[in-house]
Amino acid sequence: MDKMLSLMQKQYSTISYVSGPLIFVERAKHVAYGEMVDIELPNGERRAGQVLESAGDMAVVQVFEGTQGIDVDKTTVSFRDEVAKIDVSVDLLGRVLNGRGEPIDGRGRILPEDRLEITGSPLNPVSRDEPADFIQTGISAIDGLNTLVRGQKLPIFSGSGLPANQLIAQTIRQAQVKSGEEFAIVFAALGISHREASFFINDFEKSGALERVVFFINLADDPTIERIITPRCALTVAEYLAFKWDMQVLVILSDMTNYCEALREISTAREEVPGRRGYPGYMYTDLATIYERAGRIKDKKGSITQLILLTMPDDDITHPIPDLTGYITEGQIVLGRHLNRRGIYPPIDVLPCLSRLMNLGIGADKTREDHRNVADQLYASYAQGRDLRRLVSIIGEEALSEADRKYLKFADDFESRFISQGDSNRDISETMDIAWELLSSLPREELKRIKDVFIDKYLPRIEESGGEEGEMGEAGESEAESGMPQGGNDFTPMMKDLEPNDVETLESVQSNGGTNEPVIRE
Amino acid sequence: MIEGRINKISGPVVVAIGLTGAKMYDVVKVGDMGLIGEVIRLEGDAATVQVYEDTEGVRVGEKVVSTENPLLIELGPGLLASIYDGTQRPLPDIMEKQGAFIARGVTVNSLNREKKWDFNPTIKKGAKVTTGDVLGTVVETKGITHKILVPHGLSGVIDSIEKGKFTVEDTVAVLKDENGGTHELNMIQRWPARQSRPYKEKLDPELPLMTGQRVFDTFFPIPKGGAAIIPGGFGTGKTVTEQTLAKWADADIIVYVGCGERGNEMCEVLTEFPTLIDPRTGNPLLDRTVLIANTSNMPVAAREASIYTGITIAEYYRDMGYHVAMMADSTSRWGEALREVSGRLEEMPGEEGYPAYLATRLASFYERAGRTVCYGEDDRVGSVTVVGAVSPPGGDFSEPMTQHSLRITGAFWALDTDLAHRRHFPAINWIKSYSLYKEQVADWFKENVSADYMEVSERAMYLLQRETELQEIVQLVGPDALPENERAILETTRMMREDYLQQFAFDDVDCYCPPEKQYWMLKAILTFYEASQEALTRGVTLSQIMSLPLKNEIARMKYIRTKDAVNTIKKLIDSIVKEITSIEVL
Repeated sequence: MDKMLSLMQKQYSTISYVSGPLIFVERAKHVAYGEMVDIELPNGERRAGQVLESAGDMAVVQVFEGTQGIDVDKTTVSFRDEVAKIDVSVDLLGRVLNGRGEPIDGRGRILPEDRLEITGSPLNPVSRDEPADFIQTGISAIDGLNTLVRGQKLPIFSGSGLPANQLIAQTIRQAQVKSGEEFAIVFAALGISHREASFFINDFEKSGALERVVFFINLADDPTIERIITPRCALTVAEYLAFKWDMQVLVILSDMTNYCEALREISTAREEVPGRRGYPGYMYTDLATIYERAGRIKDKKGSITQLILLTMPDDDITHPIPDLTGYITEGQIVLGRHLNRRGIYPPIDVLPCLSRLMNLGIGADKTREDHRNVADQLYASYAQGRDLRRLVSIIGEEALSEADRKYLKFADDFESRFISQGDSNRDISETMDIAWELLSSLPREELKRIKDVFIDKYLPRIEESGGEEGEMGEAGESEAESGMPQGGNDFTPMMKDLEPNDVETLESVQSNGGTNEPVIRE
Repeated sequence: MIEGRINKISGPVVVAIGLTGAKMYDVVKVGDMGLIGEVIRLEGDAATVQVYEDTEGVRVGEKVVSTENPLLIELGPGLLASIYDGTQRPLPDIMEKQGAFIARGVTVNSLNREKKWDFNPTIKKGAKVTTGDVLGTVVETKGITHKILVPHGLSGVIDSIEKGKFTVEDTVAVLKDENGGTHELNMIQRWPARQSRPYKEKLDPELPLMTGQRVFDTFFPIPKGGAAIIPGGFGTGKTVTEQTLAKWADADIIVYVGCGERGNEMCEVLTEFPTLIDPRTGNPLLDRTVLIANTSNMPVAAREASIYTGITIAEYYRDMGYHVAMMADSTSRWGEALREVSGRLEEMPGEEGYPAYLATRLASFYERAGRTVCYGEDDRVGSVTVVGAVSPPGGDFSEPMTQHSLRITGAFWALDTDLAHRRHFPAINWIKSYSLYKEQVADWFKENVSADYMEVSERAMYLLQRETELQEIVQLVGPDALPENERAILETTRMMREDYLQQFAFDDVDCYCPPEKQYWMLKAILTFYEASQEALTRGVTLSQIMSLPLKNEIARMKYIRTKDAVNTIKKLIDSIVKEITSIEVL
């Protein structure tokens, strides 16, 4: 979006009405919907805008930089004869751009290799290839339990005050794919504060991560309207890198809550009929046009994976923003306040987390053969430990059996050693090794979700078997048995869509009779 | 030619002036790119058009041309195994023309014009025919014979009819009507998507649609010709359930509409279906399936149309006498498309911003389901079953889409987030769900499976309900406070939940459970219950009963291959009775 004005363009000085971020231009001929607009203020300042509605000879234009200083007399408007586009180039890697894709790092202009429409066309479902392989984030709770698969879109549901930015920065530092493939990150920071922006820039400069990042910054005090196009600019660059340059691109959008607020603000300014909580009725569609740009294409080597951060207002997962996002994305990662309070970083609460496409990205030739089994076992055992914690708060630890105490300790260790990892970068085999170490604290016969061959191969030290058989793991038990008639095949296929969040997250009181029933609320 | 000019553009809604003579729901080509749109409001010579494609870059002043026809669906051989977008454009052809991304303004034929089909006449020259009579047949895919019917509104005498290889546009027969007019008939018919196809008579549904899913067939059955909804929050397994039904339901034809959902999911269907084999016919499942994919990022107006495209195709096969099942995933996205267009029209909003006519639209859609006597002298009976997924915001069923759908449909399969979190799949909440069709299909089950089928199902449901009550007590005072016989209920219902209601969609055997096996499985669990109750009165303790290996045998039932299932389970029932009655009182 350079500010060159073509001589062919007609200039209008017929602004009739200014309201919020919108200006109404009269007697404008043949204006296109979505057309880009240049606005020249009386003081010579130039701003950009986009046509939101075109009716007869009246055009409604939203101004990216805001309407302050615009008057109805002297301000002129010229229509650019093209829809919103962005200059793209592989040289964008390592650059810091504003929300409209213009460099702001003082390193000069970019020589564009192409100029592309930012809205992008929908990907034909027939041309899509199934997501496959994984992106290693170096974070155990993600790689081990909720693997990010190439072509997937996975949101992180955070709450205010949780260290989401640190997690994002760490992911950007650490993320990688199999050696030999080109990897790039497109990071769109939406509505972040100056403090956050300098945190990111300092972090990237320190670690040298910036060279493989295209960094879009839309600051909190930048005009709201700009926020609407920033993710689209970022995805257009990502598509260019992925499908022109065969790169594996990870797009990080943070924070989509700011984006949705901007959407609501504009919708209100346009006096549209509001939907739930004032958000426009088309928010689902609008978000889908962003999120659905993740994917792989048949016969192309590159891929686009999205990691979407959003802040749940008041930690409410049924709020329209996380709700509509959850309906579009393929799973979710949830940050837990209770973990953060205890100083666990990253505070990923794995029980409500889910990566729907995990199975497409893991296994013998991708991560490790025992990955699925180990992940299921960790989930089941941790869930059991969490339930016991609740029980302990009622009856006290003394009332627990020896085996139950092992689970309780397992849950603590799992949080402090597997989930919590500080700034360290763990590759997948390190993550798996830690998992095995933790599992080794449980009696071997409790590892019902892991095939014997893997136990023999990976269990570092075989615990002497205790006599606590049959006390727990009811659901695990029935599944382990049910697999047998098929010749002991593993259970991965069943979990294809809805993943491990587990069986054993029971509210009910534990008993040795195992009557843990779901409680149906009417 | 009716031609006008664009006067206003706002997202998918365009107002054109000068379209004098245009009719409501006429399809128009908008702008220089020729985007497809539909007239949805007329005011003097101004016509409001909803455009099925993205309108960015379209200018005021560009022309709008009316095709003077409503949105027509092309019906004929070649529909099966196809994949269309919301307005019946074949997606593979679009890909061939434009590459991986869907550009705008592309026109492609819905049915392949080059492919030659083997047409076999079933009537001779001189035969008197009327609407709906079969002219001849075409083997469309292995297992499905496509009947070429006399189009609606035509009757007369066949002047000529030919056997041979024809394209869909070639004339296969000539018909002379009463007034002496001649009509050249080919294998392609066009029908307005928004209009339901006529039939002679609507019948009460009585045959169950066997889904092979225990929770549906046993507790909440749906008949061929019924309508059901599956509401559930995200992550509860709506799509897996819809896909499972599309795979295993015993319909002749499946129309699967992916309406405003994920692209990767459609990709999964497209990758998976060609490799799956229909357990009843041995043919590839894709051969009986028509896929309509309008993913969430594809234009919103086309999403609104996709439901009508799907149901029109379903009705067309119904008219041949087939049992058709249509899966719509998700109807909420369709409702949202309505809402979006309504908002752009600045209509007065009803509940939650949905237009006030939402309920009417939903009713007219779901009422297109049904079991009917079709036109044609042989009085064929066909049916359309509709299963619609609903995605309520925040998983809250009190929202308008769920509530309006509930009033019209006969079966409610409620997905439950809690169950999904416990990995109880399908996560159908057995307390909230219901089926109003149970009475209607009871006779079929009594005749074909077992005389006491319904009683067995009701007894089991009674126990499951008891469980909920007992659980409340357990929550308060712990399970030890319950008497032994009530704890036996909890043990039994746990078996029901884990070994009966839970069904693994991705397991080779368990993915499809035939009705006989369902019946005997449930019977085995109930036998266990009755035998234990009887033993408990004798003074046997519950832990004695539970220490028998029977529990594991019952858990294994679902994995017994279909052909051995009934006999094996019958034997198991005998041993349940024998082992429990032979427990000695301590």
